[in-house]
Amino acid sequence: MNQALNTLTITEAKEGLKSKKFSSVELTKACLERIKKLEGKINAFITVDTEEAIKTAKQADKELSSGNKLPLLGIPIAVKDNFCTKDLRTTAASLVLEEFVPPYDATVVAKLRDAGAVILGKTNLDAWAHGSSTETSDFGPTKNPWNTNLLPGGSSGGSAAAVAANETIAAIGSETAGSICQPASWCGVVGLKPTYGRVSRYGLIAMASSLDRAGPLTKTVKDTAQILQVLAGRDELDATTLPKEVPSYLSGIDESIKGKTIGVSDDYFEGVERETVEKVQESIKTLEKLGAKIKKLKLFEPKYAIAVYTILQRSEVSSNLGRYHGIKYGRDRSYFGSEAKRRIMLGTYALSAGYYDQYYKKAEKVRTLIVEDFIKAFKKVDLIVSPSTPSVALPLGSSINHPMFGEMADALMEPSSIAGLPSMNVPCGLTKDGLPIGFQFVGPQFSEKLLLNVAYKFEQTHERSVCEI
Amino acid sequence: MKIDIKHIAKLANLPLKDSELVKLEKQLEETLKYVSNLDEVDTKGVEPTSQVTGLENVLREDEVRPSLTQEEALRNAKSTYNGLFKTEAVFSEE
Repeated sequence: MNQALNTLTITEAKEGLKSKKFSSVELTKACLERIKKLEGKINAFITVDTEEAIKTAKQADKELSSGNKLPLLGIPIAVKDNFCTKDLRTTAASLVLEEFVPPYDATVVAKLRDAGAVILGKTNLDAWAHGSSTETSDFGPTKNPWNTNLLPGGSSGGSAAAVAANETIAAIGSETAGSICQPASWCGVVGLKPTYGRVSRYGLIAMASSLDRAGPLTKTVKDTAQILQVLAGRDELDATTLPKEVPSYLSGIDESIKGKTIGVSDDYFEGVERETVEKVQESIKTLEKLGAKIKKLKLFEPKYAIAVYTILQRSEVSSNLGRYHGIKYGRDRSYFGSEAKRRIMLGTYALSAGYYDQYYKKAEKVRTLIVEDFIKAFKKVDLIVSPSTPSVALPLGSSINHPMFGEMADALMEPSSIAGLPSMNVPCGLTKDGLPIGFQFVGPQFSEKLLLNVAYKFEQTHERSVCEI
Repeated sequence: MKIDIKHIAKLANLPLKDSELVKLEKQLEETLKYVSNLDEVDTKGVEPTSQVTGLENVLREDEVRPSLTQEEALRNAKSTYNGLFKTEAVFSEE
C-alpha cells in the first residue's frame, strides 16, 4: 500500500476494507497517529477518543469479516463538538460546557454509529458555533492546514481542517449560515448544507433554530453523498424534519448534466477577490462544456440577507442560550465568552418590548421576500452557482474586534441559509499562493440529488488539490 | 438611538463589568446601524416567515416512552437534593 491510509476517501477506504487490504483498526490508527503528529500545529480537535475509537474499529473488523455491509462500517469520522455524544464530553467550544458529559447521543451521532462509523473525537469550533473563524473557541484557535498562519474559517473549522489535513476520513459539521461551506471553502474540502429539515438537529446544541442544519465535510462529492444518505430523513425527535422520501444520492450521480440550466448573478461577484472571480468564471465555463446552459439572473441583493440573518440569528441565540444558567448542567452565565455575550445582548435588545416589530418582525418579512425571490429564480434555472466566499483564507486574528466579521465572510451563503435551501462548496482550484478557492452550488429545497450530480460532474473535470502539510 | 445597556444586560441575565458594558454598547450601536438598511426594503402587506418548509402543527400521540433516568438527568447538575435539581430561591419575602 503506497498511499497512507488516513489520506483515503470513504469510497477508497470502503473498497480496501472490503477486499481486506487493511483493517478498520489499521485505518483508525493511521488517523489517530496523524492527529497525534499534527494537533500541536492545527488544533482541529477538542477531544480525541482514542480508546473508544480503537474499540469500535475492532468491533467493525469482526462485523466486516462476517460479511456485514453497513454503509460506513469501520470508517473513521470526526464530529463537531456541538453534537451531543453519549458519555463523551461535549463542549460547544465554550467554558460553560467544559465539563458537560451528555447522557444521550444526537440523532446524527446515533445514525453514524448505527451505520458502523468509528467516531474519532470531537472537533473544534467557534464557541457555540458563533463565528466564521474558529478563533473564538475557548479551547484555542484551529489553524488552516494549507498555511498555519491563516484561519480555517468556521464555525466548523475543526472539522474542515481535520479533513484537509487527513486527520480523518470525513467529518460532520453544522451550519446556520456558512458554518459548513465557508470553512470547507477555506480548507479546500467538499461541504454540504442540506435543506432545512432534511437532517435531524436533535442533540445538536441549538444556535438559531429557524436556520440550523447538520451536514458532512468530506474529501470528495461521492463521500458527501454517502454520508448524507445515512443522515437524511424524518426524526420523531426533531419536529422540523420532513416525512419526505430520501432518494438514493449515489445512483445517477455521474449522469450527464446536459441541458441543465445554471443561474449566475452578478451581485454575487461584487467585492470578491480577483483570483476567486477568475477561477469561478473558469469553473462556470467548465459547466458549459459539460453541456449546461448558463443564464444570467438578478437576485435579491445579498446585503439585505446579511441584515436579516444578523437580526434573526442574534435573537434566536439570545433565546436558545437562556437555558445556560448552571442549574441543570454546565457552568453559570459568567463563563460566556465575549462573542456570545455580544450576540445575546443584541438579540435581547431586538426582542425587547418596543423593538420586536422594528427588528425581528421586519427581518422575518424581508425573509419572506428572499424566499419568494428564490422560488421565482428556480422557475427559470435548475441551480445557481457563485463564489463560495468573497476571499480565500484570512490571517489569524482577523475576526477579533469585528462584530460583523462572520457576516462578511459568509455574505454569499446567507441568502440560501435564510431560505432553507441546500448548498455545497466544491474546491475549484488554488490561488497563486496555493490557497484553496471554493465554488458554490445552490439549489431549490430538497434538490440535494441534483446538487450532488452537478457537483460530482464538475469535480471530475479536474484533479483534487491535496494539502501538503 | 439611545440604548439602556444596563437594562438589556438585566433582561439577558448576564453579569457584565462596567468596561464590558461600554464596549458592548458601542458594538451594539454599530451592528444596529449596519442592519438599518432593512428600512430600504418595502415590506408593506408582506407576511413574516418563521418556518421555511411549510410544516404545520407537527403532533404525536401523548404516550409514555422511554426517556432519561433520573440519575442520567441529574448527572451534570452541580447541586442536587433528594433526586431533584437544587436552585436558589426564586421568590423572596419583601
